Order: sequence, then C-alpha cells, then structure tokens
Amino acid sequence: MHIPFTYIVRNLFARRVTTALTAGGMALVVYVFATVLMLSAGLQATLVATGQDDNVIVIRRGSQTEVQSGIDRTQAGIVESLPDIAVGQDGQRLVSKEPVVLINLPKRESGKPSNVVIRGVTQNGLALRPQVQIIEGRMFRPGMAEVIAGRSIATGFRGAAVGETLRFASRDWTVVGVFDGGRTGFDSEIWGDAEQMLQAFRRTGFSAVIFRLADSDRLDAVKETIESDPRLTLEAKRETAFYADQSEALSKFINYLGTTISVIFSIGAIIGAMITMYASVASRTAEIGTLRALGFSRGAILMAFLVESLLLGLLGGAIGLTGAAFMQSMSISTTNFQTFAEVAFRFVLTPGIVVAGLLFALVMGFVGGFLPAARAARLKIVDALRAA
Amino acid sequence: MFFLRLVFKNALRHKLRTSLTIVGIVVAITAFGLLRTVIDAWYAGANASSSARLVTRNAVSLVFALPLTYTEKIRQVPGVAAVSWANWFGGVYIREGNFFPQFAVDPPTYLDIYPEFVLSPEERKAFVMDRQGAIVGRKLAERFGWKVGDQIPLRGTIYPGTWTFNLRGIYDGATKSTAESQMLFHWSYLNESVKKRFPRRADQTGVLIEQLEDPDQAAAVSQMIDATFKNSLAETLTETENAFQLGFVAMSEAILLAIQAVSFVVIVIIMAVMANTMAMTARERGAEYATLKALGFGGGFVALLIFCESLLIALLGGLAGVALTFPVANAFRELLGNFFPIFYISDETVALQLGAGLLVGVVAAAFPAWHAARLRVVEGLRAVG
Repeated sequence: MHIPFTYIVRNLFARRVTTALTAGGMALVVYVFATVLMLSAGLQATLVATGQDDNVIVIRRGSQTEVQSGIDRTQAGIVESLPDIAVGQDGQRLVSKEPVVLINLPKRESGKPSNVVIRGVTQNGLALRPQVQIIEGRMFRPGMAEVIAGRSIATGFRGAAVGETLRFASRDWTVVGVFDGGRTGFDSEIWGDAEQMLQAFRRTGFSAVIFRLADSDRLDAVKETIESDPRLTLEAKRETAFYADQSEALSKFINYLGTTISVIFSIGAIIGAMITMYASVASRTAEIGTLRALGFSRGAILMAFLVESLLLGLLGGAIGLTGAAFMQSMSISTTNFQTFAEVAFRFVLTPGIVVAGLLFALVMGFVGGFLPAARAARLKIVDALRAA
Repeated sequence: MFFLRLVFKNALRHKLRTSLTIVGIVVAITAFGLLRTVIDAWYAGANASSSARLVTRNAVSLVFALPLTYTEKIRQVPGVAAVSWANWFGGVYIREGNFFPQFAVDPPTYLDIYPEFVLSPEERKAFVMDRQGAIVGRKLAERFGWKVGDQIPLRGTIYPGTWTFNLRGIYDGATKSTAESQMLFHWSYLNESVKKRFPRRADQTGVLIEQLEDPDQAAAVSQMIDATFKNSLAETLTETENAFQLGFVAMSEAILLAIQAVSFVVIVIIMAVMANTMAMTARERGAEYATLKALGFGGGFVALLIFCESLLIALLGGLAGVALTFPVANAFRELLGNFFPIFYISDETVALQLGAGLLVGVVAAAFPAWHAARLRVVEGLRAVG
C-alpha cells in the first residue's frame, strides 16, 4: 500500500520556510546550470546559422580563420574560374572575394576597446548571404567611404550607428546602414566595399573566397580539385562546418566551466536537502511509528520520504528554469578566443536544456533524500512510537 | 565561560546536522575562493606588467604590423631608455590542443627590457648566438618534457610552413606572477624566411616595446611616440604595458562578469542552507528559549546565543574552506595550468572568503535570533517540538 500523494505534498507545505529555503538553494543551482548551457547553445546556434549549407569558403591552408588567411589575386582567380560555381539570377557567377580584417573599436557603454571584424564584400557577397537584410538606412555605395554595420555592432560600439562615422585606416567612414544578419555571426561585423577596403588597408590579396555550389553534393569533388591543385595553397570547407568549428573552443570552455561550477554548487544544495529531510524525519518519528503500526511497509515509508525529497528538487528545478527562461531576452557580447573577434549571441533555452535542468534537480533531490528516507524506513515501530 | 559552553553544547547537539552544514559551507567557501582565483588568473598578465614599459601597436588593430624602421625613430624620443620588439607567431605544436604563446623577439634587447625572465649567462649566450634558437619557460618545458638541445617543430598558422627551433635555454620567472609558459625565439629567423616568401610582409613586427627612463613620464612619452607617426601609413597606439594587457582582459569581460556573479551565487546558496539549519534549530528549541527567559535571561541573551552558534558553525566551515582552497587550487593548476599560466590564491581572496563565511553566519542567524528574542514565554513553553 502506498502513502497518499497529498499527504506528502502537505508535509512540504506544513514546513513552508524550510521548504522555500531548500528549494531556493536548488533553484539557484539549476539556474546557474541552465544559463550556462543556454549560453553555450546560443553561441553554437549563432555561429552554425552563420554558414549556408551550399556555400563553400576557401582560405589559406592551415590558417584556421579568415583573418589569419591570405589569398593572392592569382590564386583567387583560379578558384573563381572553377566550373562548379552556381550562377545567379543576372547570370553572374556567385563567388565573392573578400578581405577580412579586425579593427579595434571602443564599446559604446564602457569605452573599452574590442576587436571587430570588418569585411569587404561585393554585390555577389550579398547574394551569397540571403539572410542578411538592411533594417535601417541604405546599402553602402561601391567606391565610397561608406560602410554598413551589423545590428549588434551598431548598438554596442561607439560611432557605429547610422549617420555616425568610424575612423580607421587613416580615413573616416560614414555608417550609412544597419543590417540584420538573422541572429548570425554577421550581426557582429561591419561591411564595406571590397576594393575600397583593400586600398585602405593596403592589401594586395584577399582573405577568403566564398562561392555557392551549383550542386551541393559536389563539395568533395571541388575540395579535391582545390586542394590537389599545385598552384593553390588553399583549403576549402563547407561554410556551415567552418563556422561551427569557430564556436568549438569558446562553447567548450563555457560548458566545462559551467558544469564544474554546477556540480560543486550542487553539493551545497544536496546537503541543504539532506539537512531538511533529516529534520523532517526526526520531527516526525512518532508519526512514522504510527504509519508503520497502521500497516504501511518500510518500503512505503522509504518511498514517501524519497518522493517528498524529489518534489523538493522538482520545485527547485522548476523555479530555477523559470528564472533561466527570462534570460532569453538577454544577449551577451564577448571575444571569441578562436577568431579573436567580438561575437554577440543570445541565451537560447532548448528542450534538451529543460530536461537536463529538471533531471539535475531530481538527482539533487534523490541524493539528498535517500539517506534520510532510509533512516525513516529503518526505524523500529516500538522505538518510534516511544519517541512521542 | 558558562555562555561559551552553552554555545558549544548547542552547536554539537545535532552532530549530523552541524557537520552537514559545515561541509556545505566548506564546499561553498572553497568554490568561492577557486572562482575568485580564476578571475585573478585572468588579470595576472596585467598585474605582472611593469609600469616602466610602454607597448606600441598599430592603431587599427593588432592584426596589422608596424615597420621595424619605427624603432629608430622611437629611440630618439626623449624619455625612452631602450626599444625592443615582439611578434605573435601563432604556431601549432603537433596538435591544436597544445596551445601556448610564442613570440618572435630580438633576444638581446628583449631580455634586457624583461629582466623577469631569468636565464643563466651560458643559456642566454647560447640563445643569442643561435639564430634558430629558442627559449621556453620552466612550466612549458615541464609540460612537454623538453630539455635544452631538443628540436621543437611548430606548424605556422599566420606564417605558413613548418618551423623548427633549437631549445637553447629554459627560463625561470623572477616572481610567481611571471608567465613561465611562453616561448621566445629570434625575430630575424622569422623575418629571413618571410622576406623570401612574402616580401611585402618583411621587416615588420606586431608590437614595439619601450623601456622608460622614468615611469611617471608614461603618458607624455606615449603621446610623443604616437604624434611622431600621426598621418603615416601605419599610425600607432602607445599605452602602458598594463593598459595593453587589460585590453585583452576586457575582451572577455562578459565571461569574467558572469564568473564573478556566479561566485556570489554560491554564497547565496549556502546562505539559504545555513539559514534553514538555524531556522530549524531555533524552532525546535522554542521551549528551551522560553525556559531561559522564564529563568530571567533577557531576549538579548537568547539572541546572542543563536548568533554565536551560527557564527561558530560558519567560521569553522569558513576556516576549513580556506584551508581546503589551497590543495584544490593546486590540483586545478595541475589540470588546467595550460589555460592559466599564473594561478595562485591572493591574500585578498582569503580575506573575502573569511568575510563571506562571517556574513553567512550573521545572515543565517538574523531571523531566528530576532524571533527568539521577541518570543513570549507562555507561547514558547506551550509549543511542542
């Protein structure tokens, strides 16, 4: 026979302050756990979404990022003439040769400098990234000292809003538009005319060549062609894979740090649950004796206390996750170790994180409640009744 | 005496509960200390910097280099005692996970400006003489088991190809805040090869480092240096070494703030646990407190009793937590020393840990003490359990 569920719930309710404090402790642990996972999920979502599945990015072999890469005009020309490149609506081949550099800009709020990606693009570059939309102002005009800024840059950095000017490479550049990269890494970039950028930064070569495949399945063949050509010292990657790789180090770091912290914190919360449950057992000794005398088995008593502790955990988990859900409206901007450039991303709550958070809370409740529940179940009827 | 004995006996009444609470506090205080040490480790580079050094870089960003000819002009700026230069190499040793910083430097001038890299005269001579030579910090050498005379191959990411260096010396840090996980090699070795393969990138370097005659002139000298190169093809930005290093820290500021916030969360969690313990304890002893009051002890006495018990438990936990932080930090350093070359517990962290312990004790006792002090004798005696 089981002890009724309502009886267990009422026990929690009868000791409101203790229940609230214990569940509160667990809620904080779950909150920290969930927000960290959300952060790492958000970073991954942002960078994975940056790439397009049928786009290929070509960089110098071994250079890891666009900024470190360099492709001279001869090599870029060879890549440009590959037969597998898709053709756009106006009959132009969808290939973009882009210089990518970092510039140091002060943050709008703190004035502290950070590195921002500045990318030189062409009309084709825009066609290759259909997710990018101008949301304020207009497109830059080719040949002019004009740039457009990604949404996060426009709000986060001084001089990057529409109408303001940025000074870099001994020139003043007017910000004429703000673009929305559809929550991708492009939100954290500044774009200008590719040829203008090359001149301003006195570069003779590009950083990356990006093109769309006419047939997405031909990636391996194209990769083979590029990487086996003795004239080219380049490597080709699918754009989605390229950007996903860039989220690896930072998201791993956030994950490790967050999990370690959560596990250490959970020890505190488990001890809190244990104290509460031990006290609950101690103050109800006579009650437990009565239940046993009424015919409830040791197993039923064990279950009742375990369920009470699990409920405590569940309550904590639910409160913690609710708190974490509010973090979704926030975004965070920091330097990605791998690219050395600023990247803005949101906290993203995925179903997986909700499940992980609740499981984590239940485990805390279980571990904290098991020993006290076992003690309650082991009590002898006579001793327990005498305690009253 | 009687009072102290009462406090001790009270604290030890529920041995299990008290020990669980203490364990909880130990864990929290240790975690708090560890997180603060992690944050300190981030700032370590900036703290270790000398106020007598300036760093000049390209005003656009670190990605752009400066022509080496600038050294001559900077040497003429009044207030500059010596000039050297360094260039980030960004090589990969075997696989990408083996990250460590490598700088191409001009050995004689660089080692003069950085006396904290302690090298025996023989090793220094061997390093300066061998153009393909390199020196590494003690920790880095231990990490990969390198010995003087070994050949170290690095795969360049910024400078393509495989580069091989001869290990000519292992330096020690002058203080415990000196980075011992770097590798330094000859800039001329790098430049020689760059000149052949990428002539446009030759005779350039990432940063220039100036030794000041007088640290108080830092602001004036850096302005003068930047003014020298105003409107040139490569405008410069000169700042103190400290500001330069803090610039790197600021880039990860969002993460640092999060860790900082989290380090306080753990204190709040343990506060909830401890407050729960004290609330339960005081509730169970309602009848006792009423008896004490009936015997003539005042409300203040009862409150003090609860406060002292709470503080006793919190302090025991706090002290044990501080003591435990040291071995835990050591283990952490063994495990993750590659990410945090400089990792030690500062006095400030210890003080903060003890302060947090005290705070937990006080906050946890506040409500039960207030409640017990106001408790009416009749009500307290009537309450059972």
